[in-house]
Amino acid sequence: MSTTLYDKIWNDHLVDQQDDGTALLFVDRHLVHEVTSPQAFEGLRNSNRKVRHPNLTLAVADHNVPTTDRTKGIADAESKIQVDTLEANCKEFGVQLFGMDDKRQGIVHIIGPEQGFTQPGTVIVCGDSHTATHGAFGSLAFGIGTSEVEHVLATQTLVQKKAKNFRINVNGQLPLGVTSKDVILQIIGKIGTAGGTGSVIEYAGDLIRSLSVEQRMTICNMTIEGGARAGLIAPDEKIFNYLKGKPMSPKGDNWEKALNYWSTLRTDTDASFDQELNLNADEILPMITWGTSPQDVITIDDKVPNPQRESDEDKKNSIERALKYMGLKPDMAAKDIKIDKVFIGSCTNGRIEDLREAAKILKDKKISSHVNAMVVPGSGLVKEQAEQEGLDKIFVNSGFEWREPGCSMCLAMNADKLKPEERCASTSNRNFEGRQGRGGRTHLVSPGMAAAAAISGSLDDVRKYQN
Amino acid sequence: MQKFNTLKSIPAYLPIVNIDTDMIIPKQFLKTIKRTGLGKNLFFEMRYDDQGKEISGFVLNQSPYNDSKILIAGKNFGCGSSREHAPWALLDFGITCVISSSYADIFYSNCFKNGILPIILKEEKIKELSEYAGRKEEISVDLSDEKIVYGNNEIKFDVDPFKKKCLLEGLDDIALSLKKSDKIENFEINLKNKKPWIFND
Repeated sequence: MSTTLYDKIWNDHLVDQQDDGTALLFVDRHLVHEVTSPQAFEGLRNSNRKVRHPNLTLAVADHNVPTTDRTKGIADAESKIQVDTLEANCKEFGVQLFGMDDKRQGIVHIIGPEQGFTQPGTVIVCGDSHTATHGAFGSLAFGIGTSEVEHVLATQTLVQKKAKNFRINVNGQLPLGVTSKDVILQIIGKIGTAGGTGSVIEYAGDLIRSLSVEQRMTICNMTIEGGARAGLIAPDEKIFNYLKGKPMSPKGDNWEKALNYWSTLRTDTDASFDQELNLNADEILPMITWGTSPQDVITIDDKVPNPQRESDEDKKNSIERALKYMGLKPDMAAKDIKIDKVFIGSCTNGRIEDLREAAKILKDKKISSHVNAMVVPGSGLVKEQAEQEGLDKIFVNSGFEWREPGCSMCLAMNADKLKPEERCASTSNRNFEGRQGRGGRTHLVSPGMAAAAAISGSLDDVRKYQN
Repeated sequence: MQKFNTLKSIPAYLPIVNIDTDMIIPKQFLKTIKRTGLGKNLFFEMRYDDQGKEISGFVLNQSPYNDSKILIAGKNFGCGSSREHAPWALLDFGITCVISSSYADIFYSNCFKNGILPIILKEEKIKELSEYAGRKEEISVDLSDEKIVYGNNEIKFDVDPFKKKCLLEGLDDIALSLKKSDKIENFEINLKNKKPWIFND
């Protein structure tokens, strides 16, 4: 029978299946961070259980870590307890940890691929919804809750029911200045934040194949914002080349064996999907979000919606609520939205290519005098690479702050946050109420658009700055 | 895990769609290393003003809804982050049943691990039930019979049989899976042969 890529990975990981369809799935790779793991380790301790496969588990502190000078440690007492607890737990249970002073430290979804821990055809989980990122490598990767983290630590398996198959085909070529961030924002705008609920999305089409590994990660990363369990892309030469020689990638004979297996990971041509969506890349424009949900997208040439034109009562209320929170007027032009802050970073857009894209726009330019802007590299290795390329100097010369790696203002668990009513052009993934700080207002954009906004002081069209 | 069987309560109604887990429990409360004590911070930003005073207009600040065990809410409840702190906060507040027309997958699954029953009903039934919240009348939820009784009416709901069994009996997922240790071991032996690179040895 013809099967999809998701079907193949699923079938290959079935430890057990009950008559009602409830399955026990083997987990090849488990990423752990400080926020969603303490209660899981505590649970293990209370029931005298061990970590079944410490060598399939990798831990890092990313959510709470300061992005300023780290020699002073963590000022916030609670954050410090959480990071210290992770360290103590990893020591007790024998799990490898990239500590705060390790240059490999960074956002969990950036370090996995960087180290070659993320591999095609694997099942990867983490107590974090953006685990979907790793699907760019053709792995089945998804976020889980803390009870499930404990389950995976103890059994190296997870209780799951099979999701539906959803394919999104993107064909054509992206116009200049338009990126994979705009593609995924466009997709979420089309399907809505619940559009993928109960499904695993496979991204296909010639545009997807033409994307770099890192651009693919941005798309898979925000799949969760479309409600889907996971997003994945069939692995190809680009993926294999990316992984070759990474510290945790297979070596020697194993590399050849892995490569043989990885090359089989694709959807059969006549496999059927429960749902399909086709998009033409040529029609995608630079996107922004105007509201408080990632589905609230418009193009940079558009205007903010007017609730009076909405007939559905729920939608009308939700537009009114979002406009009020965001401090915007109906029918206002996107380019008239003045911003206070710019944040470049996160597991969505904190990789080297993202920094290059923003630096290209910022070179020899100054940011607007009323804008505070910062770059938070996704990992210590991204930071090091950027510094070797001189990108840090471009950012600093333009007026950006150059920070230490971590999740930072994507969710504002550390000291980096918006003040009430402050408005931010952000390359992160969520514009929920209060996400970047209580009362803070977030506009999600691509790194190039964030750079353009920093220069103009208002949301602006990145195409204006393309040479 | 606390067993769930039947429940009777005046429901609280929160007519907002896409309630995300950041709204249910904002990130500043994710720094805890415990599962308990989050109830006072449930819906923090809607519930308290900048000075930390209760906002009287918010439903869970009003009697009798501050004692509600059932929360009725708009569609796509629990979207966003995977934080299990969201169901922990609901549970700690005393809410053990949520009724909505749809949920985000991870939140939905997290509820069942914590003795919370998330019920899915059609929009029109949600509207009907929300009137009971308005009139401050009790409704009853019966998991065994998969039904909600309100006034002289009842509605049936569907729940996955395995998840239902776990809730009814308060079963520990890990203990259940560890009963399949032989199967896990066999899988691992095969895996080492078939894909030796997975274990990196």
